[in-house]
Amino acid sequence: MTLSILIWLPLAISLAAALFVPPRLIGRVAAAGSIVTLGVAISFLARFKLGHAGLQFVTDRAWISALGIHYKLGLDGLNVALVVLTCVLFGAAQIWSAFREWERPRSYYFHFGLAQSAVLAAFCAQDLALFVAAFDLMLIPFYFLTGMWGTGERVRATTKLVVYTLVGSFFMLAGAIATGVIASDQHGTSITFVLSALRALPLSHASQEWIFLAFGAAFLVKMPLVPFHGWLADGYKSMPIPAVAVFSGILSKVAAYGFLRIVLPLFPYAAVHFQMLMLLIALVSILWATSLAFTTGDARLVVAYSSVAQLGFITLGIFSLRTQGAQGALLQMLNHALVTAPLFFIVAALAARAGGSEKLADMGGIAFRAPVLAAVFLIIALATLAMPGSSNFIGEFMILLGAFKAKLAIAIIAFAGVVGASFYALRVFIGAMHNRSGPKVASHEIGLADLAALVPLVLVVLVFAFYPQFALKRSQPTVNAQVAQPR
Amino acid sequence: MIALAAHIHGPHIDWRGLSPFVALTAGGLIVLLVGLLRSAVARERVVPLITVATLGAAIAFEVGYFRHHVSIVSGALRIDDLALTLDIVFGVSALAAVLLSLRERAADSAGHGEYHALVIFSVLGMAVLVSAQNLVTLFLGFELLSIPLYVLCAAEYRREGSLESGLKYLVIGSVGSATLVYGLALVYGATGSTDFSLIANAVSRGKLAGGLLGDPLLYAGIGLVVVGFAFKASVAPFHQWTPDVYEGAPTPITAFMATATKAAALGVFLRFFDVAVIGAQNTWAPMLAALATITIIVGNIGALGQSSLKRMLGYSGVAQAGYMLAGVVVGTQLGVQATVLYILIYLAMNLAAFAVIVAVEREGDSGDDISGLAGLGRRAPWLAWPMTISMLALAGIPGTVGFIGKFQLIHALVNGQYTWLAIVLVVGSMISLGYYLRVVATMWMGGAAQAAPAYAPIAGAAHPPMAGGSSEAATLAPDRAAPHPELVLVAVVFAALSVFFGIFPQPLFHLASHAGHAIVGLVP
Repeated sequence: MTLSILIWLPLAISLAAALFVPPRLIGRVAAAGSIVTLGVAISFLARFKLGHAGLQFVTDRAWISALGIHYKLGLDGLNVALVVLTCVLFGAAQIWSAFREWERPRSYYFHFGLAQSAVLAAFCAQDLALFVAAFDLMLIPFYFLTGMWGTGERVRATTKLVVYTLVGSFFMLAGAIATGVIASDQHGTSITFVLSALRALPLSHASQEWIFLAFGAAFLVKMPLVPFHGWLADGYKSMPIPAVAVFSGILSKVAAYGFLRIVLPLFPYAAVHFQMLMLLIALVSILWATSLAFTTGDARLVVAYSSVAQLGFITLGIFSLRTQGAQGALLQMLNHALVTAPLFFIVAALAARAGGSEKLADMGGIAFRAPVLAAVFLIIALATLAMPGSSNFIGEFMILLGAFKAKLAIAIIAFAGVVGASFYALRVFIGAMHNRSGPKVASHEIGLADLAALVPLVLVVLVFAFYPQFALKRSQPTVNAQVAQPR
Repeated sequence: MIALAAHIHGPHIDWRGLSPFVALTAGGLIVLLVGLLRSAVARERVVPLITVATLGAAIAFEVGYFRHHVSIVSGALRIDDLALTLDIVFGVSALAAVLLSLRERAADSAGHGEYHALVIFSVLGMAVLVSAQNLVTLFLGFELLSIPLYVLCAAEYRREGSLESGLKYLVIGSVGSATLVYGLALVYGATGSTDFSLIANAVSRGKLAGGLLGDPLLYAGIGLVVVGFAFKASVAPFHQWTPDVYEGAPTPITAFMATATKAAALGVFLRFFDVAVIGAQNTWAPMLAALATITIIVGNIGALGQSSLKRMLGYSGVAQAGYMLAGVVVGTQLGVQATVLYILIYLAMNLAAFAVIVAVEREGDSGDDISGLAGLGRRAPWLAWPMTISMLALAGIPGTVGFIGKFQLIHALVNGQYTWLAIVLVVGSMISLGYYLRVVATMWMGGAAQAAPAYAPIAGAAHPPMAGGSSEAATLAPDRAAPHPELVLVAVVFAALSVFFGIFPQPLFHLASHAGHAIVGLVP
């Protein structure tokens, strides 16, 4: 079984469902399909050989031979866990959707399937052009998901989202093509975009610098970090819940992953050159997002800003340019995805009990009649604030360890973000669950519709809390071999 | 007498090479004659059928003659893969235009025979133009392509907009032609030859006629030629006619002009600049690069504020002409290939969009206003999806041919040391998101349709019948309830091609590479 099957299965299922399944059954078929995809992904995880730094399950074919572009896929320590995570989160989102009614369900599930395939392709791509194509493509379904099934000023929000991200992506496209052309020029070889081949053809320092900035623009917008976050509040506020859960959980990780997979190995000189800039961007994002997260009155925006802060930590780890930092960043990508997606589902559940409002002021006292929901929320909230014992604690610890070794002062200031996280996480939990009941609050226990999506995620969070080595062991050899190089 | 005649040898005629031209000429004449028949069946059914057969035959001859490189008519025309590829583009575009015209008012009011014959002759002109190896043939082709289009734009002569469009195109097109012929004369004066290869020789060896005056003569000539071509390709700042003419012309003709005329103009750009005066590249490349930059920026910014879809596509076509011109500027083998590739994909992306516009115009009251698309996703998914794909492709989203085309163009630009122009192209693409996405948003995310007619249906007695208004106009309106499978067919086929070749672009690259290699002597 090749990776191609895993990648294109979600698209195939959703396309077949849109064409042949009656609309009222599509949700169930899509949910079942996403579980099948998850099964396929787990089978790859099970067959993944430990202790190898190189690529496994490689598929390599010429795609556009005139341009030296290959359809090359492969798994290694950097992406194996993220691929499975993608399937987990998309599965949860589709199950959550299947319990609800959607207008025009054919298109809805089709866009989800397309999104999942594009994200999987971006994670598995071992060719620069293929990665860029998948990276841009995965945005398009979210344009439709937000614009067609979103709330509030959805069209404005989705246009903003797409314009911001694609502007970054077009710079990346130019940078990617330039990488291929200039590398072949400077070394006198025929043009290629295969990552492993490009790694052997280092660019001149001047070229590295501007291409680094082009890639940085695309990735920082997608995450987003300050000052590229203009689309964030509107976008996250307008997206339908399942879409925002996977967007915040997974799509932002593709950008962080892009730094590890492409930028550090291909532009090592520029990575060192711009290290301070990137660390500062990460630091400012952490502080800015944390302070907004404990001032905003909107539960969904608290989650949105907390995820910016977390991505700041992840970037901090990556650009510490130390193995611990990169390892911590990879672990934190998993941890953050696993807490942010359930948080968005919980926000939806809270809003359903507070008269449809996502404002913290309208909530309160929900725990009294919904103890299970409260328990689930508490587990996730504690993981979010990186409670010792949670996997998030280990992730942040490793990131800060890396940052300490790189730039002491920045690591010390970044600690403020850790403190802030406990403040805003508990503020939301107490404000929504305890306190005086809001005016329109009509609490009731969590239902099957929410539990079906939440319980698997919470279980994975708990497993990781006890056994984070599961992820670390798999990423260690690759991180040591690839990421630690730039010094 | 007879014995004497046997001794006279006529010139060798390469009938095989001439076959597309013969087919088009003969077909056009037959169509014209059949159009004179009285019976409605003959006019409304047989004429389009013969037109399709003619274009099909021409395309078949062209496909069959691939990989042959010959000069015919004593070197006046060159049949090679570049010419044949572009000829196929013209043929396909005309086929689509004929399908789109089937139930259109324009063909009715202009007369079916005349309308279709003019389309065929215009295709013939384009074929001559891109095969031309000689300044005289070039101008012949240029005029043969333009004159039928002036008439076709005004084909719906009871509608004011159409008349205005035809007249405007005639006036501005004539200025362009005049400029061009002046430029050609100067080039002839400077080089002493009308033949491209002799011109190329003279330019590259610096052996210009007219002594000291040779250089200025040549450069002035090249400058005027650029202007002439730029009018036809709607390259800024010579593009002002484009949105008006596109908006006013009957939509099938707009579709034909947007795709085929643009391809022909870019084809002659390639022939003239990358063959005849490639020796003076240092002179014209900066000028064309500046034009391409202006075109990309003006086109994209102009499209932002448009509410008429045809105007918007007109401006978008201006911008895309700038992208394609960038491939000419580089003057390398890769640049030629990138331009040809982009011409091919441009055809597919635009035809899908225009087919949808024709359908929307027939169904709704808002003409080609963007608001007419509101709710199309719910109402007619078989039209909305092709339109969506076309817009995303024009914007350059991966998974569509637009991405492949831009990829190859940027590749050619960076490779040819024009990285800054690649950045301009990228910035242009970013601006273009603003208007392409607006169309998609209106279709899928819009509320109820708000009728805001771009141009009101002409009221009866306001104008005399020949000046754009007629009481019959209303009765000539097409039957709204009539289904239009041919429109859906065109839209779906070209949208499907846009996606298919976006995922499997290899055949397009092969085709473009063959076409590019027809131009020899370029830097690879």
